[in-house]
Amino acid sequence: MKPFIDPTILPSEITPKAIFEQRRALIKVAAAGGFGAGLAPWFAREAFAQTALAGPPAGGVKLKTMPSSYSTTETLSAYKDVTTYNNFYEFGTDKAQPHETAKSLETRPWTVAVEGLVKKPQTFDIDALLKLAPMEERIYRMRCVEGWSMVIPWDGYSLSKLLNLVEPTSAAKYVEFISLADRKQMPGVNSSVLNWPYREGLRLDEAMNPLALLTFGLYGEALPKQNGAPVRMVIPWKYGFKSAKSIVKIRLTDQQPSTSWNMSAPSEYGFYSNVNPNVDHPRWSQATERRIGDGRGFFAPKIKTEMFNGYGNQVASLYAGMDLKKFY
Amino acid sequence: MQAWTLKNSINQAGFLAGFKSLVFLSALLPLARLIYFAYSDQLGANPIEFITRSTGTWTLVLFCLTLGMTPLRLITGWSGWIRVRRMLGLFVFFYACLHFLIWLWLDQDFNLAAMIKDVIKRPFITMGFISFVLLIPLALTSNQWSQRKLGRRWALLHRLVYVIAGTAILHYWWDKAGKNNFSVVSIYLGVIILLLALRIPVIKNQLNRSQITQSNTTS
Repeated sequence: MKPFIDPTILPSEITPKAIFEQRRALIKVAAAGGFGAGLAPWFAREAFAQTALAGPPAGGVKLKTMPSSYSTTETLSAYKDVTTYNNFYEFGTDKAQPHETAKSLETRPWTVAVEGLVKKPQTFDIDALLKLAPMEERIYRMRCVEGWSMVIPWDGYSLSKLLNLVEPTSAAKYVEFISLADRKQMPGVNSSVLNWPYREGLRLDEAMNPLALLTFGLYGEALPKQNGAPVRMVIPWKYGFKSAKSIVKIRLTDQQPSTSWNMSAPSEYGFYSNVNPNVDHPRWSQATERRIGDGRGFFAPKIKTEMFNGYGNQVASLYAGMDLKKFY
Repeated sequence: MQAWTLKNSINQAGFLAGFKSLVFLSALLPLARLIYFAYSDQLGANPIEFITRSTGTWTLVLFCLTLGMTPLRLITGWSGWIRVRRMLGLFVFFYACLHFLIWLWLDQDFNLAAMIKDVIKRPFITMGFISFVLLIPLALTSNQWSQRKLGRRWALLHRLVYVIAGTAILHYWWDKAGKNNFSVVSIYLGVIILLLALRIPVIKNQLNRSQITQSNTTS
């Protein structure tokens, strides 16, 4: 594998490590009061913000994972941003809501039924699924269809490991993912914003691509509820909504499954929904994206969106000969 | 009798000045809130989105309030509402400018070609842009000099506000359309329809008449 070089960052823009560390030292001195009382709180906040980027709060249950060559080396999005800015409509349409409202979700007991066109249909207990294959840490870019992105260290294993176990029949062409839709646990399901339960789908060859991750954790810990606990998909070359959360059923079919967003707005959200800077959303451009918590600061300009979210080497061949303007 | 009236009018003038100051300071609160949130790190993971939505929402809220002043005068008979109408209208323009500049700067990166393309291609941006452009002549002619100079045409020009009511709500509606998320925008639509309905001559006369009879019975 070639070393990853981000073409959007010029070498001249990178702060040399020594100067960076000098600045950290300066901030610490300032926070201690050396700069005068007026500035101290501001610097202290800045120093605090840096430590807050480190990861989850202490005390969480760690998952045992191994590193993966599919991981990017880009700067991780802050744990706080990853866990407080979520599109999870079962818990409300506002992205700031789920981290509060998802507390009511019960993730144990939990089972996932794998059925349809498979030789060995089976209902898995979540604890059995956790042990089904070695867990990997996959640091993926996540591009939301709304035009923002994050870099998230997910923990899971390739969906293909599970699919191979249930043995899809030769008739199986698609995989459908069905999320939990329980009014008692999920306040958003009472609203008619979407057709519940949340449904998503992939072509079988897409689902078998090793990048398609059956995901159980992030930042080395079990998934927070607002991020789709206890098990979700992560499909890094597609817009975020393709990655179904809190999955209860995986069904193999011979027909292209109906998907929730496609049913809601067919002209805006296609079945494929691959990240594609050349195909605009009807209401906004997809050429650029705002990286959440961009290290260059509050008013940093947007970055260029990459074809297949930068995963073209691994997935472009899946779409050879297809008109991606038509199959958006 | 004479003295009583004079004292009364001084009180009234004082009350009006106080009322105007209160409206002025209240209208600055949404901006103060954003500055406070920015300082205390409460703008969330995507501060730009937060600021864009907040300034858009407050533009619309102040727009509704501005439209509400005339019906309020008809209903209450107090002319003080009309005395703050221009100020509220200018605050609409102020927040619209912030909303527009954030889009131009942080979304379009001051790239005029990209901006024009965005305006033409996306209906919801088109509507937002039209609303903003139509607000400009209203803000520019909001002074008394223009009012005198334009005479009857001034009132005609300021009827643009009814066009803006339509384009602004469409801007918001189409922004929410893709996510089928109409709960909040429906409320604004309802308020705007009500405020416009109160200007239909039959209804307006009714409001006016009830006011006249009310003041007749109380005096």
